[in-house]
Amino acid sequence: MKVFEKPTSFYPRFERKGGPHKETTHYCPGCGHGNVHKMIAEAMDDLGIRERTVFVSPVGCSVFGYYYFDCGNIQAAHGRAPAVATGIKRANPDSIVISYQGDGDLAAIGTAETLHAANRGENITVFFVNNAIYGMTGGQMAPTTMIGQKTATTPRGRIETEHGNPIRMAEIISTLPAAGYVERVAIGTSKHIMKARKAIRKALTNQVENRGYSFVEILSVCPTGWKMDSPDARDWLLNEMTQVFPLGVYKDDAGERENEWYRPVEPFVPEKVDAYFSAGNFEEADEPIKLDKSLQCKFAGFGGQGILTLGLFMAQVGMRGKLHASWIPSYGPEMRGGTANCSVNLSEARIGTPLVDRPNVLVVMNQPSLEAFEKDVVDGGTILIDSGIVESKPDGDRLNCILIPATKIADEVGTPKVANVVMLGALCAATGAFELDFVEETLRAVVKKRNLVDMNITALKRGYDFVRNGG
Amino acid sequence: MSETLQKADPFIEIDGELCKGCKLCIDVCPKTVISISDKLNGSSYHPAYYLGHDCTGCGLCFYACPEPAAIRVVKP
Amino acid sequence: MSRQFIKGNDAIIVGALQAGCRAYYGYPITPASEIAHAAALHFPALGGTFIQAESEIAAINMVYGTAGMGIRTMTASSSPGFSLKQEGLSYLAGAELPCVVVNVVRGGPGLGNIAPEQGDYFQVTKGGGHGNYRLIALAPNCAQEMCDLTVLGFDLADKYRNPVCLMADGFTGQMMEPVAVPAAKAVPFDHTEWCVRGDAATHKNLVSSIFLESEDLEAHNLKLDAKYKEIEKNEVRYEEYLCDDADLIIVAYGILSRIVYSTIDQARAAGKKVGLLRPITLWPYPSKIIAEYSERDVQFLSVELSTGQMVEDVKLAVEGRAPVHFYGRCGGMVPGGEELLAEYDKILEGVKS
Repeated sequence: MKVFEKPTSFYPRFERKGGPHKETTHYCPGCGHGNVHKMIAEAMDDLGIRERTVFVSPVGCSVFGYYYFDCGNIQAAHGRAPAVATGIKRANPDSIVISYQGDGDLAAIGTAETLHAANRGENITVFFVNNAIYGMTGGQMAPTTMIGQKTATTPRGRIETEHGNPIRMAEIISTLPAAGYVERVAIGTSKHIMKARKAIRKALTNQVENRGYSFVEILSVCPTGWKMDSPDARDWLLNEMTQVFPLGVYKDDAGERENEWYRPVEPFVPEKVDAYFSAGNFEEADEPIKLDKSLQCKFAGFGGQGILTLGLFMAQVGMRGKLHASWIPSYGPEMRGGTANCSVNLSEARIGTPLVDRPNVLVVMNQPSLEAFEKDVVDGGTILIDSGIVESKPDGDRLNCILIPATKIADEVGTPKVANVVMLGALCAATGAFELDFVEETLRAVVKKRNLVDMNITALKRGYDFVRNGG
Repeated sequence: MSETLQKADPFIEIDGELCKGCKLCIDVCPKTVISISDKLNGSSYHPAYYLGHDCTGCGLCFYACPEPAAIRVVKP
Repeated sequence: MSRQFIKGNDAIIVGALQAGCRAYYGYPITPASEIAHAAALHFPALGGTFIQAESEIAAINMVYGTAGMGIRTMTASSSPGFSLKQEGLSYLAGAELPCVVVNVVRGGPGLGNIAPEQGDYFQVTKGGGHGNYRLIALAPNCAQEMCDLTVLGFDLADKYRNPVCLMADGFTGQMMEPVAVPAAKAVPFDHTEWCVRGDAATHKNLVSSIFLESEDLEAHNLKLDAKYKEIEKNEVRYEEYLCDDADLIIVAYGILSRIVYSTIDQARAAGKKVGLLRPITLWPYPSKIIAEYSERDVQFLSVELSTGQMVEDVKLAVEGRAPVHFYGRCGGMVPGGEELLAEYDKILEGVKS
């Protein structure tokens, strides 16, 4: 015995629907949405996926899809259903996600979301109900409205030179390599409806088998918006719409793709995350380092001299010494003028502003930096200068000036790239804040390029010795 | 009509209260065994009804009908 | 507990993953892009999802999808991008979906610039999208808080089923500081009752913000309002520094609170009784403590990287009981300590004269 009846993937009664009629849809007489809903529900029954399915309702007449489908339901903002569907499918790749959209939703306000979900090959099924008009908002022009078709916003008919042309989404989407299956069908004669039924089933089967993105455009009718009775509307669909929107399969690569588009995710395992983020941490000192006074340092030079890295090394030395430490690169208006610089604070007490505008230690590796920042250094502050690059000398009465030919020393070590570390060594010697061994251990822990570690250590020691030996 | 004959024949059940009178079932029926009622239902539509004989159980009216539960077709 | 020396922007991602966030959706924009960079590196490495979305709008709607499944998820952007997310935030609030959205605020309006500002205060705290809704807004002022408040943000989002905004700025994002990584703990919330996971247990559920009948929508709004009042009662967070005897209380948040903090000791050393009150939650706002202080002989100064936004909340809290002053810079201009101290002097001398 064969019985054609309401699929069980519909709710027995539509309790979410307002009003007294809990067994009929909210759609107008003859509306194509009802046919499409029925075929989707039937396919859900036959594939046994009702409990795994999440139906994403769009904005438009089908906004109330959740009245009907007895599955998980999420209602999306206008045009965003493919993005919402992406967020669902990626978080649970075992769910079956349906993005059900009308023409305004899919092909106008949500064009970007539509194309990019297809282009990523999201393993979802998109049902595009194209009835060439905005139904819900009162019969305005859709992106798919036909040339000459009168709507509330094209009272003289759609004109190419004024409104553009009906947009052909199936054709456009079929150009995207990651889209697996693209077909256009119609709710026309019984023959058409049976073809649509097959396409809907196939598009869902593809998802069940993880064959990737499937897109079925369903030419449908809006008797109310078109101001026609239902049989006439179906005739107009077949005689007019199919001329502009030819039916057929536009793409079908899905057959070769079984399980290719399954994107596994893992649940949250706290221990795993803990282990991940504690890997590679360096050991800190047992006791906090004692500082005579907080260090407010500014490091400045050309971009490419490693000046920001120098500041970072300094800050990491401080952190490893259990001090409060902050590092911040130049940011905002002060970036102008060809210098790269950063501020580093090291302190036994909590650090207020991370920005150093009155440094007590200034390290400069080019002339503009000296000119820019010398005046900011507090009286009695220390200034370290790469004397091979910076020609003028600062005010020796006001400041403790230390000149190091850092780039030259770095060349002798093997590469000018370690000039910044020569300066770090000099800085340690000049401030006396850190033991050389401690800085060396820190460098060994933080220098990322392992083949450069030894050269960095040599540079550090050369800079340190240069200052210790009186230059 | 005997009872046994009734059971063996395919038939259509149309719930007149759920029908919105769009006539699509009438349009697609290859045997012209559905008609539209003169009376109004509770929602003020003229519902379709099965003439009571000659249904082949093809199910086309079921798929043409936009309502989930208005039409049921049984093919024994 | 491990410590790392990392940027504030990176600390957000560390906090998110430690909190059990499983999916990040984002779109590049300076100065928030590093958050996406870190997410792209770490989320897939831990079996999570990272998608560079086609737009800010798509990103927030991907968040909507994952949040609708009761799974922790986030996005991050900066001011112009945050504007684009307003539609999504309104839907998230309406559908009561938990998530964390970071706004690393930059200079505006329009394209503005990429320098730090706090000009999005109104947008973040008063709701930039449509309808009666609130975002829980958290304002970190250091790398540690970028991490910790992200973790807190996920907890508050889950507890109240509400989107949470982490309102940071370019400085707190770029700044590197030691961050003690909090231990990861299992997520103590079960959303089976309302979420839609695509499984048997949740297949009867609906995630939606549509209430067609006026009575229903009013009831929903009142329910949200009751929830917001509950949040206002329970979740106000702030920090005080030497407010007890202060003649002048500076109200500042984010990076500015750090600059102010540095000035307080200097002002005190010069015999001026100045204190700092730092809102950590921008919504709910610490109105009550401000109101309490306003009962005595004190003045307030709201210092902001804006032309005066938070100052309105200070005034609302004070209700005319005490003078409320404002000092702000914007467009990426950031006041130095000396500039602020001069401003304090002006106000304090005004009292004497």
